[in-house]
Amino acid sequence: MQEHETDHWVRTHEAPILPAPASEVGIQGWLWRNIFASMADYSSPGKAVNSVFMTIMTLFTAYALIWMIWTIFDFAVLSATFSDPEGLKREACFVNGGACWPFIQAKWYQFMYGFYPEENVWRVNLCFFILGAGIAWLVFGPSHKGKVAAFMLIGFPIIAFVLLNGMPIEEEGDLGHLFAGAWFPVLLAAVFFAGWWLANAGRFGDVGQAFAPAMLIATGVLGLFAFLPLVTGLIDVVLGTEVVETNKWGGLTVTLVVAIFGIVISLPVGMLLALGRRSNAPIIKYSSVIFIEVVRGIPLISVLFFASAMLPYFLEPGVDFNKLLRAIVGVILFASAYMAEVIRGGLQAIPKGQYEGGMSLGLSYWQQMRLIIMPQALTTVIPGIVNTFIGLFKDTTLVLIISIFDLLGVLLNTLKDPEWSTPTTAYTGYLTIAFIYFVFCFGMSRYSVYMERKLDRSHR
Amino acid sequence: MSSTTDSDVQPKGERTGLAALVFDSHARSLFFQAILALIIIGMIYLALQNAAANLAAQNKEFGFDFFDRPSDIQVLTTFGTWLVGYEAGESTVFDIFMVSIANTLIVSIVGIFFATIWGFLMGIFRLSSNFVLRSFATIYVELLRNIPLLLQIFFWAALLRLVAPSERGTYGTLVPGLFQFDVKGIYGPYPIVEPGFWMTIVAFLAACVGAWFYARQAKKKQDATGQPSPVFRVSLALIVLVPTVVYLITGRPITLEWPNFVTEGPVFRRGFELGIGSYIAPEFMALFLALFTYTAAFIAEIVRAGIQAVPKGQSEAAAALGLTDGQAMRKVILPQAFRVIVPPLTSQYLNLTKNSSLAAAIGYPELVAVFAGTILNQVGKAIEIIAIVILVYLTISLLTSAFMNWFNNRVALVER
Repeated sequence: MQEHETDHWVRTHEAPILPAPASEVGIQGWLWRNIFASMADYSSPGKAVNSVFMTIMTLFTAYALIWMIWTIFDFAVLSATFSDPEGLKREACFVNGGACWPFIQAKWYQFMYGFYPEENVWRVNLCFFILGAGIAWLVFGPSHKGKVAAFMLIGFPIIAFVLLNGMPIEEEGDLGHLFAGAWFPVLLAAVFFAGWWLANAGRFGDVGQAFAPAMLIATGVLGLFAFLPLVTGLIDVVLGTEVVETNKWGGLTVTLVVAIFGIVISLPVGMLLALGRRSNAPIIKYSSVIFIEVVRGIPLISVLFFASAMLPYFLEPGVDFNKLLRAIVGVILFASAYMAEVIRGGLQAIPKGQYEGGMSLGLSYWQQMRLIIMPQALTTVIPGIVNTFIGLFKDTTLVLIISIFDLLGVLLNTLKDPEWSTPTTAYTGYLTIAFIYFVFCFGMSRYSVYMERKLDRSHR
Repeated sequence: MSSTTDSDVQPKGERTGLAALVFDSHARSLFFQAILALIIIGMIYLALQNAAANLAAQNKEFGFDFFDRPSDIQVLTTFGTWLVGYEAGESTVFDIFMVSIANTLIVSIVGIFFATIWGFLMGIFRLSSNFVLRSFATIYVELLRNIPLLLQIFFWAALLRLVAPSERGTYGTLVPGLFQFDVKGIYGPYPIVEPGFWMTIVAFLAACVGAWFYARQAKKKQDATGQPSPVFRVSLALIVLVPTVVYLITGRPITLEWPNFVTEGPVFRRGFELGIGSYIAPEFMALFLALFTYTAAFIAEIVRAGIQAVPKGQSEAAAALGLTDGQAMRKVILPQAFRVIVPPLTSQYLNLTKNSSLAAAIGYPELVAVFAGTILNQVGKAIEIIAIVILVYLTISLLTSAFMNWFNNRVALVER
């Protein structure tokens, strides 16, 4: 320690914080970091080649991007025809080279409802309204989201079906007669009484207790179906709904019907298949494996062809059930297999300790699944589940191949209308329909990202 | 039947008789399996019985003899008709079956090839620090993933009709001097092989084998001495130069047949003459473009997730070892990303193959369009035909899965 104290210089005040250089902040800095930095390194031949390559790529991509946005903007807005006050139809759209929006206005009803009778269209609108309100509640609602979700998954499809189809008891409509016989309440009462007696008589003790829940569930399910005709009967009396056969349904209505029934039913079926695939019982396991792998190995079109062309051969002669229902069954079969694989992924991600913990608490298999395993597994695979939903929503377009008029099918049908045949009609239609599908699918994917963040309870 | 643990825990004592059986997990499992088996067998039995009754009622017989029938269906000229040599009226239903399978396979293979390249490019773009590339890839992926494929196929078909010159007697140029197109398709030269061409093929195969041996030697040398060899350049030179030289020495045994454009005679005869030169149908192009761009959007997301799954420490370690960015990507990042990428990539390849069945909507003659459409209408044997379609797709799926599993095992992490 030879040096003097004065040789040391100790800063006693904090240095003033200087503003960052202009090239690092603001628009300039952003532009540098995000655009030009990758093309400005010429320190070695290799890096120079890289920079030149990046420059060319950037210019080309920017040109492509601007060109595409401009083309669409020009088509949809600048050179588009917006109104057709004189009712000229196709002539009105020949003048400008762009989109023919009057065509969309004229066909909007068909896009939404297909050939649904206009005097009954309030029923479809009511369904849309309930759906919209339910979704809005799920996204923005303050509380009771679980109950609303349960209603949207179980109650809404039933209400929607009753509203859309309308099935008064006296009419032997498409599907209504299935559950409307007089035998039904009798059977229901018998099953219910048997369940109640088994649970309470005590004579069969444990055995009774083991079977009673199954009986009660069966009663509930049967009761639901018995209840439906009552509800529809009531609606019929009060509002005078009549049956609208499914071949009159069309457009977005059919798309949403297929998608919602597909989503609502494929999720539980997929769960059962996933559990079946992980079961120790060989028959259950291999029947699940075979179902899942076969369905995943073939395209949806062949499933739909199976449902429309091959299935009638395997049914009782004379039995012919609804075309739309067959398509929905096809979509459900298809989506369930994919859902099963997604959920299996979630099940595999659950640590073994969770199963063991459940067992050590004395929970039964179904209690373990319901209370411990499934909630965690489903949360883990929310992105996969929503991706399957999005896939299912897009796949609903395939029903047009077995001549059911969904949104895309209705569009193709309206494009055949000679009164509106112009060079741009098709593109206008495609753009509109693509936008509708995009809103639904993109919305679902954003919602899944939101749910994923919200439900993420991990400590990562 | 009751287990010992039960009797230890239960203060009430052992369950006996029926109760013991009901609560025995093994017995329960057997019981439910028996019920399931009964239900499945019963359903199959009922279905078969109904099928027999339905067929009898319609005076139909179960059988595959329709395969031998002559087929007079006019099919679009495609890869399949060229491969099988299909002639309407002279070929059988079995020939058209082979045509449709070949068409499904060719559009799948070409689609997979381009979807992989484009998807990897878009996936890397999405992670780029360059704003323009990143936003282009993001818009591309979000847009194409969220619009139904069928709509995209219709869109491409309509777009191709729009860009192609529709008037008779005009055509556009795709690749100057090679490929022209009009509203009916793309036309190009057709190579006619002459006798001596087998030597070029042998030379090509020999060059491939040589390149393989060279790569093996180079790897041995690098393992032993650490000296790298220019494997890529030498292999490329071998594979390109050797067949070319042999081809030239043997006197260029390929002649090109150019498409013939008719400008005279009756108007409906004008345009490219059919059957001369090579030809790509617009239906194929629409399906191919839609399939590869759509699947590429999914592959891009898979690639992005794969690259993001490699910890940052890996690229830092590579940089610390003195590897360049390219080397780090090739030798450190991508091999690890591949482990994450390959399984979902497999299912995308399978999806593309299955989605090729959507061609039924625009009339490209692949398996579903021809077999479940035209042939089903003609022959009417729904059970047999749908079953065959399902079996063919299952076979393709299983083969693709087997190949990709083999590839996956190769790139999978070998843990000590």
